[in-house]
Amino acid sequence: MNTFDLSDNPVRELNQHLHGAVTGKVVVSNAGGKHSVAVGATGAHEVEINGNVGYYCAGMNCDANIQVNGHAGPGLAENMMSGRVHVSGNASQYCAATAHGGLVVIDGDASSRCGISMKGVDIVVKGSVGHMSAFMAQKGHLVVCGDAGEALGDSIYEAQLYVGGKVESLGADCEEKEMRAEHKETLQSLLDAAGINDMTVDDFKRYGSARKLYHFNIDNASSY
Amino acid sequence: MVDKSWLKESATFSRPVIREIQRAAETGIYDIRGFGAKRQIPHFDDLVFLGASMSRYPLEGYRETCGTNVTLGDRFAKKPIHLDIPITIAGMSFGALSAQAKEALGRGASQMGTSTTTGDGGMTPEERGQSKYLVYQYLPSRYGMNPEDLRKADAIEVVVGQGAKPGGGGMLLGQKISPRVAGMRDLPEGIDQRSACRHPDWTGPDDLEIKIAELREITDWEKPIFIKVGAARTFYDVTLAVKAGADVVVVDGMQGGTAATQDVFIEHVGIPTLPAVRAAVNALKELDMHRKVQLIVSGGIRSGADVAKALAMGADAVSIGTAALIALGDNNDTHEAEYNKLGTSAGYYDDYQDGRDPAGICTQDPELSARLDPVAAGRRLANYLSVLTLETQTLARACGKSHVHNLEPEDLAALTIEAAAMAGVPLAGTEWIPGKF
Ligand SMILES: Cc1cc2nc3c(=O)[nH]c(=O)nc-3n(C[C@H](O)[C@H](O)[C@H](O)COP(=O)(O)O)c2cc1C
Repeated sequence: MNTFDLSDNPVRELNQHLHGAVTGKVVVSNAGGKHSVAVGATGAHEVEINGNVGYYCAGMNCDANIQVNGHAGPGLAENMMSGRVHVSGNASQYCAATAHGGLVVIDGDASSRCGISMKGVDIVVKGSVGHMSAFMAQKGHLVVCGDAGEALGDSIYEAQLYVGGKVESLGADCEEKEMRAEHKETLQSLLDAAGINDMTVDDFKRYGSARKLYHFNIDNASSY
Repeated sequence: MVDKSWLKESATFSRPVIREIQRAAETGIYDIRGFGAKRQIPHFDDLVFLGASMSRYPLEGYRETCGTNVTLGDRFAKKPIHLDIPITIAGMSFGALSAQAKEALGRGASQMGTSTTTGDGGMTPEERGQSKYLVYQYLPSRYGMNPEDLRKADAIEVVVGQGAKPGGGGMLLGQKISPRVAGMRDLPEGIDQRSACRHPDWTGPDDLEIKIAELREITDWEKPIFIKVGAARTFYDVTLAVKAGADVVVVDGMQGGTAATQDVFIEHVGIPTLPAVRAAVNALKELDMHRKVQLIVSGGIRSGADVAKALAMGADAVSIGTAALIALGDNNDTHEAEYNKLGTSAGYYDDYQDGRDPAGICTQDPELSARLDPVAAGRRLANYLSVLTLETQTLARACGKSHVHNLEPEDLAALTIEAAAMAGVPLAGTEWIPGKF
């Protein structure tokens, strides 16, 4: 096991270790809101971070399993490719922005722009998400057990959104969709992966793209 | 038949203006096109070199050496890049350009020991394979962005803006979205792809500083990090880019090319390259960072004269887009018949967005793009870069400089009051720099 106390070890040493070939358990203490904690990991490291993290924790993660026991600042798991990131507290804005793959689970709330431009990642938020979440979301799934703020899924492409609570408003080109068997199956597997057993797929509604903005049309100009 | 030579054309409502009003009325859509600004703006043509004479002596052409090499990114990066010539190839996306065109750019640049740059849409193996030095663009859309390619790059360019459209995002129209382009961008085939105008996970220079630190952490502090801005509030933008931790700042003037932007944006937003160079150099000097953070200038660079003037004003290197495409074969007379079918003519073609480029450059159509032979086109680009370099050296030697970076504002005079004011060099024959007290 490798340990990094960020109150006296710089973040640099931690990240350098996570870019190396030796994988295994890594425990990080006193995260202290530092930025770029555990970024660019390559390989199946098991990382436990104790304390709150600043910007871009787990950014561009490949394969590592990263557990944050605390809150996460902006851009958690941005552009993640694969692996798993779990935050026990809340996550700030742009959570999992542009992420291509893997699973991000937030036990608390996520802020605005959760899943912005997501490109294949799965995100499960046990609490609520803020405004403009899943903006221009391309691919992947966003599950929100609580409520979603204004303009959910604005300019969305092919990502699929599932919300258990209220949606304050839908963004341009986002609409409620029928929940078919295959969607229930996908949702169930995401709930299982996130360890959620106090809600069922029937508690959720599905949202996705109306695909009206896919080709420029002057009659939709006010939506662009 | 009416004798048109008697007809008086309105300067305000010229024929292109009338035509545009008619087009707008018919379609209800603004004009989206490629290329750069087409109107006349103050440019390097308005400057001349003074050359050597009584008070300074020139260097002998061919015999006395005149260096052209440049190092980019030695402020923070462990592995700065060392280029043989101060002329780089600007970022142009695979998607906008065919894979053959990207490969040709890599080949031409590598033959001359300089760098090429990816673009919106990610890195292709063709261009990585053929490029000795490849700069990887980090754009708002993050299409095709992944840490593996980031680590394969020789430098990273964070794109904040582009000269053709400072403050604008991008649009790749559906007809150019082939299965390969769609796959790289994680989007369905054949739909219009909007590229965001703001980065998804940072806003403002303080965030950018943190973002750059993250990119450095991910790449173990090896790669030089460039910040590219469209020329607008250049003095402040460059100051903030330095503060945010850039190794290199790229300033792209308003006449810079684009693959697809609204005509109104291309022609009316941003400032020309000429005043932008001066504002950028002023910012670097004020911070005592001139030559420590390198400045790359682009937008309308066509000749060794443009290169030499940009360097004399204080740039470390220049970057070319449109001229490189022309060297590959864009707007060539050999395609005249096909340009005519598209309602245009060689020398005027600017519909890079539309996917039917007869030269096989700005297209994803397999038949059209197969017309461009990457080896021959790469050779033409290398020839052109070689001419730019020779011309730059010719001018530098004439001013008595043993390295092109020794050119200085002192070597220049302006032909117009505007250029004198914008470039901060005296109006020819006077000591007058308008606006300088
Ligand atoms: C076809 C084409 C595609 C371009 N794509 C990009 C791009 O993806 N990213 C970017 O930052 N700039 C892009 N640009 C702008 C160039 O990087 C560069 O700033 C500009 O071409 C310089 O001006 P010049 O064309 O007058 O040399 C593109 C330009 C052209 C002509």
